[in-house]
Amino acid sequence: MSAPDPSKNPILTFDRVERRYGDDDEIIAVGGVDCSIEARSFVALVGASGSGKSTLLKMVNTLVTPTAGRVLFAGEDVTTQGQSQLRRRVGYVFQGIGLFPHFSVGENIAIGPRLAGETLSSERIGELLSLVELEPDMASRVPDELSGGQRQRVGVARALAGDPELLLMDEPFGALDPITRDALGEKVRELHEKLGLTTVMVTHDMAEALLLADRVLVMDAGQLVADATPRELLMGDGGDIAQGLVSVPRQQAEKLAAMEGRLA
Amino acid sequence: MESFADILLGLGDKLAAHVVLAASAIALGIGVALPLAVWASRSAAVSRVALGFASLVQTIPALALLALFFPILLSLRAVFGEGLPTLGFLPALLALALYALLPILRNAVTAQANLDPGVLEAADGVGMTGWQKLRLVEAPLSAPFIMAGIRTASVWTIGAATLSTTIGQPSLGDPIFAGLQTQNWALVLAGCFASAGLALVTDLLLGLIERGLADRKRWQWAGGMLAVVLGLSAALAYQSGGKNDDAIVIASKQFSEQYILAQLIGSQLEQAGYEVEYRDGLGSAVVHNAVTSSAIDISVDYTGTIWTNNLKRTDNPGRDAMYETIRQWEAEEHGVRVLGRLGFENAYAFAMREDRADALGVATLDDLVPVAGQLTVGGDPEFFERPEWDAVREAYGMRFGETRNFSPTFMYNALRSGAADVISAYTSDGRIAADRLVVLEDPREALPSYDAMVMMSPRIAGDEDVAAALQPLIGAISVEAMREANFAVDREGEGKLSPKAAAADLAARIGL
Repeated sequence: MSAPDPSKNPILTFDRVERRYGDDDEIIAVGGVDCSIEARSFVALVGASGSGKSTLLKMVNTLVTPTAGRVLFAGEDVTTQGQSQLRRRVGYVFQGIGLFPHFSVGENIAIGPRLAGETLSSERIGELLSLVELEPDMASRVPDELSGGQRQRVGVARALAGDPELLLMDEPFGALDPITRDALGEKVRELHEKLGLTTVMVTHDMAEALLLADRVLVMDAGQLVADATPRELLMGDGGDIAQGLVSVPRQQAEKLAAMEGRLA
Repeated sequence: MESFADILLGLGDKLAAHVVLAASAIALGIGVALPLAVWASRSAAVSRVALGFASLVQTIPALALLALFFPILLSLRAVFGEGLPTLGFLPALLALALYALLPILRNAVTAQANLDPGVLEAADGVGMTGWQKLRLVEAPLSAPFIMAGIRTASVWTIGAATLSTTIGQPSLGDPIFAGLQTQNWALVLAGCFASAGLALVTDLLLGLIERGLADRKRWQWAGGMLAVVLGLSAALAYQSGGKNDDAIVIASKQFSEQYILAQLIGSQLEQAGYEVEYRDGLGSAVVHNAVTSSAIDISVDYTGTIWTNNLKRTDNPGRDAMYETIRQWEAEEHGVRVLGRLGFENAYAFAMREDRADALGVATLDDLVPVAGQLTVGGDPEFFERPEWDAVREAYGMRFGETRNFSPTFMYNALRSGAADVISAYTSDGRIAADRLVVLEDPREALPSYDAMVMMSPRIAGDEDVAAALQPLIGAISVEAMREANFAVDREGEGKLSPKAAAADLAARIGL
């Protein structure tokens, strides 16, 4: 793996990060990850279930703390920063969406700033809803009244409410139907550009990673096994495990193309 | 007899006391259960211990739990001083609060365990501190379930609070216990009706709050809470308004004679211008302690009871010596003034049918000895285990042909039907007169005396005006008069009287 390029500006650095579980620390979730992520890049973290990708992501905003090594955010160890302050600078979109069912949509979006003692204006809430292509008057609804796709849009709006520098997404589209998933993926990529974010997205879907990200990190058994651009991966780089993951959507695409050929 | 509606309307002060007691117990239960539930949600060990303890408490019958607090508080006096009340509100509050613990705790713990983990992770992820997470997410999402637990606890507590009568705390149990003892079913029904009605209304209001919390309708839960607060305030206002610290509190144990004498003493004091309160249906073991600690002011107790239970004596120095010893002991040991003996005994005695006694030529226990071998003796379930039985057999060398156990009511029936020839009766029992029984004399004084005496608590021991008001009762009540009054209350059908009416008749009979 290449050393981080100092000319580029790493906003996030994993420095020999380890996370072990169990009485004797015998279970290794993340086993020594070294890697830097430049500001404004869109990075996909791909791997099978249990590969450690979610745990690695959670160590960024200290939902999980490393048992060894450090995670640096803007050059500072995340565990020494004030937790609530850190979490405000880091937007987080959850796998289970995690909207508070007893809050209205507007209250859900405003929770981060509220915890910091600020009140989010209804204009700002409307603006955030518009960003994720929801009507501003949806602010008064409760999550139970929304569809799955709408809920995750609110989840994204909530993550963006504190004007974060870094957006973390843990399988954000896992629970959505393919059409909603595709549309929301495009939307997030668009917001990433528009707001100048740095985005790290965990997914088990290599196709999604290839289509949305600038850079793909592949994890297996707690180790980083590939670090490449989508282009490099499609060219066959990144090693066997990465290529195994790439082959699935590729073969699907080839089969579909062949079917189209027969039909034509 | 009073009508059902009149009785119900007269229960205002009992209802107010019941509401204040039950509400305090539930509030204390909530105050303990909720922090415990939060702690339990963060530690599996705490959860196991807390739920285990609460379940264990629940297996103790409420009546026993209430009674258990008496010795517990008594021993705690070593720490908190003599001022710690051992009867009345405090033990009732503690026992009922313990009882209310389980449903609240269990529902709160279950609610926490069933919270959506995705929501909890999100709470951490948006930067909530532990306290913010509890306040903004866990508490509001658990609230409907916790409310359901509080509802269950409230219905239980309101029901169980009727039992606090036995430890001297006024409640809706007062009419129930009094009615059961004197077989006044209107009184029992009125107490049950009021207690069940209170439980239903409470359940309804708390249900309104629960649904309001679940549906997030503020007006609904706020309205329910307002109604609960108003009800409590009314009860508190009623109670503080009706409270009179100068009133003289008269206690009675759980049998008809005690209810009648309490009413008789009460009417004497009222005629002398005193305000009186009744603490009816106290547990027998509780009364003596209550009078020594001035939790109550006047009781009627029996020499034989104090002799065995409190002085722990087994000898029998004779009726007068026994009374004199007790009078001195009470004054020196507790500051209790034994005003005097009422004139009758409620002792164990051997009784026979009149015709049978005549036929056998038996008038005393001495006469019984030669024929006892052919006779069957019946006793209540504890009699043949009591020192009185041993004393009689030893003093007279009595050997009966057969001994049989009966419940007190069936004992008299057995005598009537001939299933028993002799029974161990209670001397002031109305059925002795009604069934025309002969009470055999005890010339060797083997049976200890059970002289009824009036006891005055240390608080009023020096009050000569009270003593003067009660003086006409001393030595005035013959055993025949007492039997008649008891029978009027115990009997069924025509001629049945309330204890109050029987007391009035008794007063007239003894010329008051």
